[in-house]
Amino acid sequence: MTENTNTNQLTDYHKQKNKEEMKRNVISFALMIVSTIIAFAIVASGVMDRIFAVFLLFILATVQVAFQFFYFMHMKEKGHALPAVMIIGGTWAAFLTVFGLVAAVWW
Amino acid sequence: MNHDQLLNPKSLPHSPEKATLEGKNKFLGLWFFLGGETVLFASLFGTFIALRNSTAGGPSSEELFGLELVFIMTVLLLTSSLTSVYAMYHMRNHDFKKMQLWLGITGLLGLSFLGLEIYEFTHYITEYGFTFRSSAFGSAFYTLVGFHGGHVTFGIAWLIVIMIRNARRGLNLYNAPKFNTFSLYWHYIDVVWVFVFTVVYLMGKVG
Amino acid sequence: MSIAVSESSVKAQKRSIGAVLWDYLTTVDHLKIAHLYIFGGAFFFILGGIEALIIRIQLLVPENDFVTAGFYNEVITMHGTTMIFLAAMPILLGLMNAIMPLQIGARDVAFPFLNALGVWLFILGGLLLNLSWFFGGAPDAGWTAYAPLSTTSPGHGVDYYVMGLQLAGAGTLMSGINFLVTIINMRAPGMTYMRMPLFTWTTFITSILILFAFPALTVGLFLLQFDRMFGAAFFDVALGGNTIIWQHLFWIFGHPEVYILILPVFGAFSEIFSTFSKKRIFGYTSMIFATMLIAFLGFMVWAHHMFTVGMGPIANTIFSVATMAIAVPTGIKIFNWLATMWGGSVKLNSAMMWAIGFIPSFTIGGMTGIMVATVAADYQYHDTYFVIAHFHYTIVGGTVMGIFAGLTYWWPKIFGRVLNETLGQITFWTFFIGFHMTFFIQHFLGLMGMPRRYWVFLEDQGLDTGNLISSIGAFLMAVGVIVFIINAIYVWLKGEKAANDPWDGRTLEWTTASPPEHYNWKQTPLIRGLDCLWLEKTEGNGKMIPAHPLKDIHMPNGSILPFIMSVGFFIAGLGFIYQTDNKLWYIALFGGMAISLLAMLVRSVQDDLGHYITKEELKGEAE
Ligand SMILES: [Cu+2]
Repeated sequence: MTENTNTNQLTDYHKQKNKEEMKRNVISFALMIVSTIIAFAIVASGVMDRIFAVFLLFILATVQVAFQFFYFMHMKEKGHALPAVMIIGGTWAAFLTVFGLVAAVWW
Repeated sequence: MNHDQLLNPKSLPHSPEKATLEGKNKFLGLWFFLGGETVLFASLFGTFIALRNSTAGGPSSEELFGLELVFIMTVLLLTSSLTSVYAMYHMRNHDFKKMQLWLGITGLLGLSFLGLEIYEFTHYITEYGFTFRSSAFGSAFYTLVGFHGGHVTFGIAWLIVIMIRNARRGLNLYNAPKFNTFSLYWHYIDVVWVFVFTVVYLMGKVG
Repeated sequence: MSIAVSESSVKAQKRSIGAVLWDYLTTVDHLKIAHLYIFGGAFFFILGGIEALIIRIQLLVPENDFVTAGFYNEVITMHGTTMIFLAAMPILLGLMNAIMPLQIGARDVAFPFLNALGVWLFILGGLLLNLSWFFGGAPDAGWTAYAPLSTTSPGHGVDYYVMGLQLAGAGTLMSGINFLVTIINMRAPGMTYMRMPLFTWTTFITSILILFAFPALTVGLFLLQFDRMFGAAFFDVALGGNTIIWQHLFWIFGHPEVYILILPVFGAFSEIFSTFSKKRIFGYTSMIFATMLIAFLGFMVWAHHMFTVGMGPIANTIFSVATMAIAVPTGIKIFNWLATMWGGSVKLNSAMMWAIGFIPSFTIGGMTGIMVATVAADYQYHDTYFVIAHFHYTIVGGTVMGIFAGLTYWWPKIFGRVLNETLGQITFWTFFIGFHMTFFIQHFLGLMGMPRRYWVFLEDQGLDTGNLISSIGAFLMAVGVIVFIINAIYVWLKGEKAANDPWDGRTLEWTTASPPEHYNWKQTPLIRGLDCLWLEKTEGNGKMIPAHPLKDIHMPNGSILPFIMSVGFFIAGLGFIYQTDNKLWYIALFGGMAISLLAMLVRSVQDDLGHYITKEELKGEAE
């Protein structure tokens, strides 16, 4: 039953493609770790102006999340148009929600 | 496609997780669920940001948070995201044993994250008397971070169940979508954590 | 394991009540789930209607003492909550469940198990909420449950509100995801997006709204729950809390919710106008576009419910302008419906009467919507009967009339009987006249300064006659509803089995039997264009071309687990409510959770592969 490993449908072409894909994922993981380190370093060193630091933290978080979505969760691949639409829609609703609660709670 | 082909396929297609209609449905359904989760967490984040300075005389985020612990937790969870990518890589190569191995590592990393989070919470409660009830900030903090922790807990339980259930029968067209949806869910937990450490801890330290 | 119940494809002739009950408890069939939604929704609709009548009896004459002030608060709260969450939403979900898979040529929805879980969560959530009547009083903080009124309300009423809505809301969210995946993945060959009937389109867009709106309510309810039951301080100003957060979360959900209520009936009306005018819907593409635009804008206007809360002029202006913009796509729809009738051979039966009656009623509601969206004027309208009149014109004049229209139109498909036309006309006219009597006058009561939610009003302030007329109208509406119920029972007992296509329909659902077999079609139909059945009729075929030769059909298995899970959550809900009184209730809390989690575990471990209806069985069944 566990003899699924060797099958004729998995061609070398696919194996090669999977390998390349995995390599890209490792690179994006490295970039994610780097951006995390930068974010923590900004705060730990305390050298940056508050407003600028917050701004930069958010850019780093967004970049990192984009890697997570597009590479780890394969959103860049074909057949992910609808997931992308839903996540973007959700992000838009999320933005409005946070905006409402942060900015408009008491103008 | 009959039941036998589903459970004991003679050969697996290139993407076993999306070979059946059920698999395609699960894949899409989980993505849509994550779209809804985005709004759920946005509501929690919004509430937290609105209340993060409402300490009512209790400890503030600058006094409470230590960056070292959060950094370790972040690395643990990020790494678990990569290990689950490895698991899916092996699934696509139809290597069930390696997939289980990497999933196991993912689960262990998740558990250690959870352990540190529990340690963190007890630390705040015992050392600072900072609880769920001490201030609006306290309520918002434990609710937001706790909801994330709850998602991690659920994810680990889910992982254990599907790993044990399928341990002896290998990869097939019926369980491949389950492993795939789990891994998408797990990545999403990591996405949420990126915003948790940015908004709660780093912004809390910056002031 | 005997938990998976295989549904026999052989039709049982006469079955005992126990067998029918077990069948419905374990069903995952979209049509039976639709029955549960519609019966459940109808039950709560009657409850909400009785509550409405209590309100109108209390306001029949000045300084009435028919009910006490405290009870009045409970009644208004439960009327609103019940009608929105337990009556209108479930009946709409029932219509979607029954019709949408038939319109796209699917055999069932994408996640039949979740579908069953959704309906049981709704039913048990609704029952939990209404249990409050018997155990110390219903919630009394208004259906909006604004903090701090809701956080400080004594007793357990608001706790029931929180737990009941939490269950029902979770069920709705599941349905939303389910419908989306069904429409995307399970359309019949040839059914492109731009060939989908408009009811399917509005189901699709409504599901998106559900997906993005309900999580905000979930979080709001959690915060309220934590404050009330576990001593959190979200809305406790003394500990730094902020009560406005509740209002934002509630309306971030609440405004999309009103479009969740109206968009499906827009779809139903489109089908009805088209069928009974014998014409293709005018402006099909613009209808879809307008629906999308309404949904998109609907997310950016929630704060128009909060103009008087003190957000300041800039925020108020933005939300005011965004709100008014929604009138444009809605107007496009109104004109499209009128243009559909224009030059068509219009048949004025009761389904069509509801549709025609809807247009002026809803338009008045839309117009007063623009009025209340005008910030400066809203300071006058806010919390008066003008607002009551406005939203009843949209929800009753839109959603409820749409529900009656849709039920009348699809009754043969859902229940296998055509409703009696005479009784249908009586229902329409009594309800329509009663509705306008009840609510039109309330505009003026509001403008004269009568505030909403007040228990009594004083004599000789110009409010007496208006309230009297309003109350009489309410009873006329009740007559209409009762006649509808009589109609339903009458045709069930005396009516003949409906034909497959009693209205000379245009869309795919009219090609199945009435009611359809649980596999819907023996052979999936091939879709060749918009209004696909009509297309085949005009080309002389009269029926659909099958997309494939007769083959085995795969169907999902029934299961009792959704019911068990919902019961578990129900018990846990009671535990949450009462653990503040006595720690022993933690047993119910954890016990209930354990039941649900165990059921989930069984579900996860068990292989649910479904079953096949073989070619031979299909051949054996008569056409
Ligand atoms: Cu609104």
